[in-house]
Amino acid sequence: MSEETGQTTTKKRERPPPTKKVPMPEQDPILRGKNFQEVALGYTAEQAVEEANKCLHCRNPKCISGCPVEVDIKEFIELIREKKFMEAALKIKETNSLPAICGRVCPQETQCEAPCIYGIRNEPIAVGRLERFVADYARAHGEPLPKLPKKNGKKIAVIGSGPAGLTCAGDLIKLGYDVTIFEAFHKPGGVLIYGIPEFRLPKEIVTAEVEYLERIGVEIKYNHVIGKIRTVVELMNEDGYDAVFLGTGAGAPNFMRIPGMNLVTVFSANEFLTRVNLMKAYEFPKYDTPVRIGNRVAVIGGGNVAMDAARTSLRLGAEEVIIVYRRSRDELPARLEEVHHAEEEGVQFRLLTNPTEVIGNERGEVIGMQCIKMELGEPDDSGRARPIPIEGSEFIMDVDTVIVAIGNSPNPIIPQTTPGLEVTRWGTIVIDEETGMTTLPGVFAGGDIVTGAATVISAMGAGKRAARGIHKYIFDE
Amino acid sequence: MMVIDAPEIAKVCKPGQFVMIRVNETGERFPLTIGDFDREKGTITIVFQEVGKSTMLLGSLGKGDEILDFVGPLGKPSPTDKKYGTVVAIGGGCGSAIVFPVARAFKEAGNFLITINGARSMDLLLYRNEMEEISDETYETTDDGSCGVHGFVTTVLSDLISQGRQIDLVFAVGPVPMMKFVSKTTEAKKIPTLVSLNSIMVDGTGMCGACRVNVGGQMKFTCVDGPEFDGHQVDFDELMGRLNAYLEQEAISEKQWVEEHGGTA
Repeated sequence: MSEETGQTTTKKRERPPPTKKVPMPEQDPILRGKNFQEVALGYTAEQAVEEANKCLHCRNPKCISGCPVEVDIKEFIELIREKKFMEAALKIKETNSLPAICGRVCPQETQCEAPCIYGIRNEPIAVGRLERFVADYARAHGEPLPKLPKKNGKKIAVIGSGPAGLTCAGDLIKLGYDVTIFEAFHKPGGVLIYGIPEFRLPKEIVTAEVEYLERIGVEIKYNHVIGKIRTVVELMNEDGYDAVFLGTGAGAPNFMRIPGMNLVTVFSANEFLTRVNLMKAYEFPKYDTPVRIGNRVAVIGGGNVAMDAARTSLRLGAEEVIIVYRRSRDELPARLEEVHHAEEEGVQFRLLTNPTEVIGNERGEVIGMQCIKMELGEPDDSGRARPIPIEGSEFIMDVDTVIVAIGNSPNPIIPQTTPGLEVTRWGTIVIDEETGMTTLPGVFAGGDIVTGAATVISAMGAGKRAARGIHKYIFDE
Repeated sequence: MMVIDAPEIAKVCKPGQFVMIRVNETGERFPLTIGDFDREKGTITIVFQEVGKSTMLLGSLGKGDEILDFVGPLGKPSPTDKKYGTVVAIGGGCGSAIVFPVARAFKEAGNFLITINGARSMDLLLYRNEMEEISDETYETTDDGSCGVHGFVTTVLSDLISQGRQIDLVFAVGPVPMMKFVSKTTEAKKIPTLVSLNSIMVDGTGMCGACRVNVGGQMKFTCVDGPEFDGHQVDFDELMGRLNAYLEQEAISEKQWVEEHGGTA
């Protein structure tokens, strides 16, 4: 890009300066730090058209290959340009059952927007913001239902109503299957409901996307913990399901192997966020579920979940919230946008710092956290620089609440109750990469239960792949 | 005590398992161990003491009312399919309701069954006839001496041990201090002792870790690894502390309920 910065000669064609994405309106950081309403406010129709007009409409678009659910990005952006917003939404829904969600939580910067040809010289086209705009437009204006093929007489059980399960169910219903989702909780959405906070993904949006699936025929059975009330084998052998998809997620929270993890004011991010998001503890005592939040909160971890927990803590009234992460800023696994939002709202970052002990009082409440400073060494197996403790650098952080957001392990309930289902030594389910089928014929899996904790969109991609695998399994035999 | 229509759960549940309950839309999710069940009628019996908002709310339901969410059966079943020899099953307060189906299963597996049923006073003793019916030997204790042995369940248990009775397994459910002292009582003679824990839970399926408990120095989740654990390994003091985590909030909820509905506690 050096030629751009130098003086151009008279012979050279004048090129306009690189453009940026049309900015998306956001709530003021100070105000939003005190409420649970959505941070990003979405494009207006004019803003959407302005952004869409920049699209080069490439002959060989690269964006689509960056999308795990194969959205026809070029086409839907073209429809926005023509102000055919409803048609644009339907175009997306052909391959993506949850566009209002993807438009909000997908890491577009590493997916569809990364290979954008317009983005070589400029900021890429804001595919995510456009997707969000048309999905919201369609929801507000009442979207028509797609034409569905005749029922094919086969029925499929989908275990878990998170992003993998919803996607798999949506694709299968469009292929003519009867689909029943079994959900352990009383609400659908999995991590979209219990994990991702209201201010990042309003729950009414998740509910609306699920209702759309219900309107096209997906049945959801709540309060059904498969492996307990019915086993996978019983679903296939006794209840007549022709195939089963396991999308149960990475359920079990990890804790650190340091003293003090069982103190009363130490929470897993899962517990903390479930209390607040699913059980609405931020409206206690109107809702019966409480949550304890102190004045000084340490959140251990540097991923999106850690950012969510930190920003939620602020909104619940914590005076100071500190992210404690053992590597440096460059290695933070969270999306840049999330880190940026957290900082804007006043979340502090203690990087290259690792907890070594949580200290409690006689009532088991946290009164401090001992940490050690770290430095970066050679890259480890994950390719990231290995953090090494600096001897003698221990210090005590003055905190009264600790939230542990260092990832999750697969929930053991289904593997324990499904003989013949092969799992790895980490407890994730082994599948055929192409079809999504497990070692049990007719049983498929995808999402975090296969990969370990990952993203919403990769789980959706896995749900899509499994739907294809199921279709092939049932009709190619 | 309440009998709930839940045919799918009644069909498969086993003694020692629990259900998660959410009474209404604003309610919290909380666990209750399954008291009894009837596979034919498709019903589950739950027994609870009204000790806070959620149990008062549950207690306010009458015949024919619906519980919004009723999830189960969760947790691992009691190991009742085995013959141990002599089993002492101990219930304290509401714990007796949970002990009853487990004790019955121990008896059906061919064990010699001794039951010890304890409460603060006679009117709080539960399942008296039922316990008597299934037991080879049964004892009752009350803290105030209004019925049976004046003292605690451990008074009887210590006597049995000091009499040199052969005991192969002790199974105890009740308030945390009771389970702690039962475990202390059996520790010297290394009598295997199982306790059923009542940790705070949010989801009940291994997802939140609110119910984590220290068992022999290892972190266990009561909901998926339990609810029953080796009483000699459980850190009861830590459990007590974790159960008290929300006392302040529980008091706010309870006060609000009592103000709106009149005192029922």
